[in-house]
Amino acid sequence: MSAPATPAPVVPASPDAPRAPLTKKVLVADHPTWCPGCGDFAVLASFYKVLEKLNYPQEKIVTFAGIGCSSRFPYFVNTHGGHYIHGRALPFAAGISLGRDDLHVFVFGGDGDGFSIGGNHLVHTARKNPRLTYVIMDNSVYGLTKKQTSPTSPIGFKSKTDPWGAMDQPINPMRTLLNSGATFVARSHATQVNHMVEMMLKAAQHDGFSVVEILSECVEFFEGAFDGAVPRKGGTWQPIELKKNDGTPEDALRHDPSDKLAAMKLASEPWPGKFGIYYEDKVRPTKNALEQKLIATTREKTKNASDLELLSKTFARMR
Amino acid sequence: MVSPNTPTATDAAASSATIIPDVVIRLAGNSQDGIQAVGGFLARLAGRSDQEVMTYMTIPSTISGGPSIFQVRMGSGEILSSGDRADVLVAFYQHSYESHRSSLRPGGVLLYDSDHVTPNPDDKAVTAVGVPMTSATVEAVGGSTKEKGKNIYVLGLIARMFDLDVPKLSQLIKERFGGKNEDIVRNALLAFDAGYAYPAENLRSCLYRLEKSPVANARTQVTGDGNTILAYGLLAAGVRYGSGYPITPWSSIMETLRTELPKYGGIFVQAEDEIAACSTALGFAYGGHLSVTGSSGPGLSLKMEALGWATMAEIPLIVINVQRGGPSTGLPTNIEQSDLLQAIYGSHGDTPRVVLAPKNVEDCFYIALEAARIAREYSTPVLILTDQAIATRIEAFDEPDLAKLMVQVKPDLHPRAPDFKPYPLDGPTRPAPPGAVMTSGKYPTVTGLEHDELGHPTANPGLHTKMTEKRREKIKSVAASFPAPELAGDESGDVLLVGWGCTYGPIREAVNRLRAAGVKAAHLQMRHMHPLAPGLEQTFNRYKQVLVIEINDEGLYGYGQLATLLRARFCNPAITSITKTDGLTYKVSEIVERVAKKIGLADTTIGTRKQSILAVTPR
Repeated sequence: MSAPATPAPVVPASPDAPRAPLTKKVLVADHPTWCPGCGDFAVLASFYKVLEKLNYPQEKIVTFAGIGCSSRFPYFVNTHGGHYIHGRALPFAAGISLGRDDLHVFVFGGDGDGFSIGGNHLVHTARKNPRLTYVIMDNSVYGLTKKQTSPTSPIGFKSKTDPWGAMDQPINPMRTLLNSGATFVARSHATQVNHMVEMMLKAAQHDGFSVVEILSECVEFFEGAFDGAVPRKGGTWQPIELKKNDGTPEDALRHDPSDKLAAMKLASEPWPGKFGIYYEDKVRPTKNALEQKLIATTREKTKNASDLELLSKTFARMR
Repeated sequence: MVSPNTPTATDAAASSATIIPDVVIRLAGNSQDGIQAVGGFLARLAGRSDQEVMTYMTIPSTISGGPSIFQVRMGSGEILSSGDRADVLVAFYQHSYESHRSSLRPGGVLLYDSDHVTPNPDDKAVTAVGVPMTSATVEAVGGSTKEKGKNIYVLGLIARMFDLDVPKLSQLIKERFGGKNEDIVRNALLAFDAGYAYPAENLRSCLYRLEKSPVANARTQVTGDGNTILAYGLLAAGVRYGSGYPITPWSSIMETLRTELPKYGGIFVQAEDEIAACSTALGFAYGGHLSVTGSSGPGLSLKMEALGWATMAEIPLIVINVQRGGPSTGLPTNIEQSDLLQAIYGSHGDTPRVVLAPKNVEDCFYIALEAARIAREYSTPVLILTDQAIATRIEAFDEPDLAKLMVQVKPDLHPRAPDFKPYPLDGPTRPAPPGAVMTSGKYPTVTGLEHDELGHPTANPGLHTKMTEKRREKIKSVAASFPAPELAGDESGDVLLVGWGCTYGPIREAVNRLRAAGVKAAHLQMRHMHPLAPGLEQTFNRYKQVLVIEINDEGLYGYGQLATLLRARFCNPAITSITKTDGLTYKVSEIVERVAKKIGLADTTIGTRKQSILAVTPR
């Protein structure tokens, strides 16, 4: 192979000419490789609906993922995207978002990817608050590697690595996210399509790091894991009612998502707990905004000097 | 002049000065004494006087305090190393004197703080001059500043001894302290004046002047350390985004980038760990920017999985590794060249990778430009393997022609043709960053799974073979863009000394000494570590012995890391190894001695100055 030529010149993205709305037909890519009956199918179908509603320019949407069953997601969505290494999709996606503020970045992954190998990144991405949406498809088991204990497996869950039952305390995803400072925290269930669509839509519209945890059953290795929240399986579905601020007595009992303490209380309710928006901080600036502000004030100080002028000055100081 | 009362060297004193070609000054004190600042002033003065300069410093790996040295060699000839031994030792404390007396050449000058140091009275091998540096500084500056300013007092003393350019030095002092309050500049100048005014009769036998450089440099000289110059090289190369995690001695590069990039409209992210740093940098790169991450030894190991992904997904990235002593935390503030094989072969699977190594501070600038060119043209990670010695030492060199060299990089968002393939088998990979419209309607997935030309995952055995071959041939083809390595010395003969990284200067000086003694010798410093530059085999074949000089261990089979690689590549038994692992750069005499033994010379101390130039030069 000969040395390739210099990259082609930059052509600005075409102006926003009227376009046909995004449809599922356009958004469908490879056929999912998941097992029949997997909860992830419903998450994917809901995500198509979310994108239809958002109707972003197709080329501005990015779907990224780490490693795991659910992390195959980007292959099934016809947008720019990719499949990164295990547990590290969040810092990668933060790079995409911070470097390209014009894009809409979505990250998909499972509980092992997010809470175990990627646990550190979850905490720090929440701290940094880059503008992106993270959907955790939690099945409480390692599925791709065929049934090992995951960080959300309940105590007593029998897996190939804990044949006598899991003994380590599982992560409480809502509490972990709230503690870390995520600015949008919601929880949903793969059997509730409308709820999932609403949660992912609200998350995408949030200006900051938004996370939706979706309980998504692995029918192969942890059947019935989330039946406790499925009415037709004898469970109870308890959505979170948000405050309407209408002054009625029943409104006093509703949840205020800007109240972090109330969110922590909700997150501490016994299994299966509630579903909906636990917390939303609409005030804290994103890292995107803070970095852009830093650039603006710095450039103001240098009187918008050109790159060549700046570097020449620097070298002049070293004479 | 510095201030109204600045003394000037009298004509009588000036006429008694001995002219010398170059001098090595070692300042020994503690890390908070500001001896690096003095060294820095001397280095920059040399740069502004068209003189050559090279410095060497050690810092303790403690948070504050601890013994520290700064060595400056300056002169009119070609200065290639910071000097094996010193002509002047400035000892601030008794421990400085005791630890570094042996570094002083016989006939050299010991300048000691008589407030703190009592030298051995029987030591007649050197000229000992006691100066009450501490009390004289307090006297000059007054007030409560106490010992602060002692370093500048010493600078004044040295300026007097070597008849240095006072206006230039005082200008440097003003520039350095100018941003701070007036008192600091004033105190610094007072301390300098006091040192300079130290009664000349006490220094009578110790007045020297450096030879004027024969030719003034055509280009202006700049002075800086390797890490700083590398960071500025990245800016010139068009790097506007990056991410890192603090680790010595890499940290100062990320500090520079974090401070500088916003001025250029860019972003540098301090990540939560090394893996996240590499990942965020790759996220920037995927978005179409030229991006950098970096670290030192252990941190590079942590980045390896992500770098494997970058090779598989064919994403451009610049990765800096400032080598230090290893393994593990090892010797974090010392030099070692033991990350070569990690840089080339680290990570899992078949991961061909480009690895470059700058040979000195100036080269840090140009290697950054080259790394950027390769990363972009071949859409691949490129590793720059620098080291602690280059990172921390100061050199003066020609100011780069920025107007000619600066590169602008913007995401390439042009709509992609209907036949666009993210991973073509028959051509170079040209990633389509998000934001680029796919006129085919099919959007690409970048992936760490083996994939077909469209980026779809596949385990097809034939395709894995083809894609592996494609990634390999791509990196092989980079070699065609490398110039033949520069060869200095005899075109053929007894011995070729091969080095890489910070050993450039000492090896070159060693070859000069060997050739002066009649040995047919040459020097080749490798900058392209992987793939190897073309033409090496023919060059190696022209010498009876090819000695690869490295600062790493000889390993289980008796060869250093580069020697192992070269032997495997060329199957040439003439290639053998000279290695060491003491955490220090090579002295010229060390190389001469080891080479002399290898090639069977009787005299293993060829060309070594037995006495200080301060003693042997006739008056």
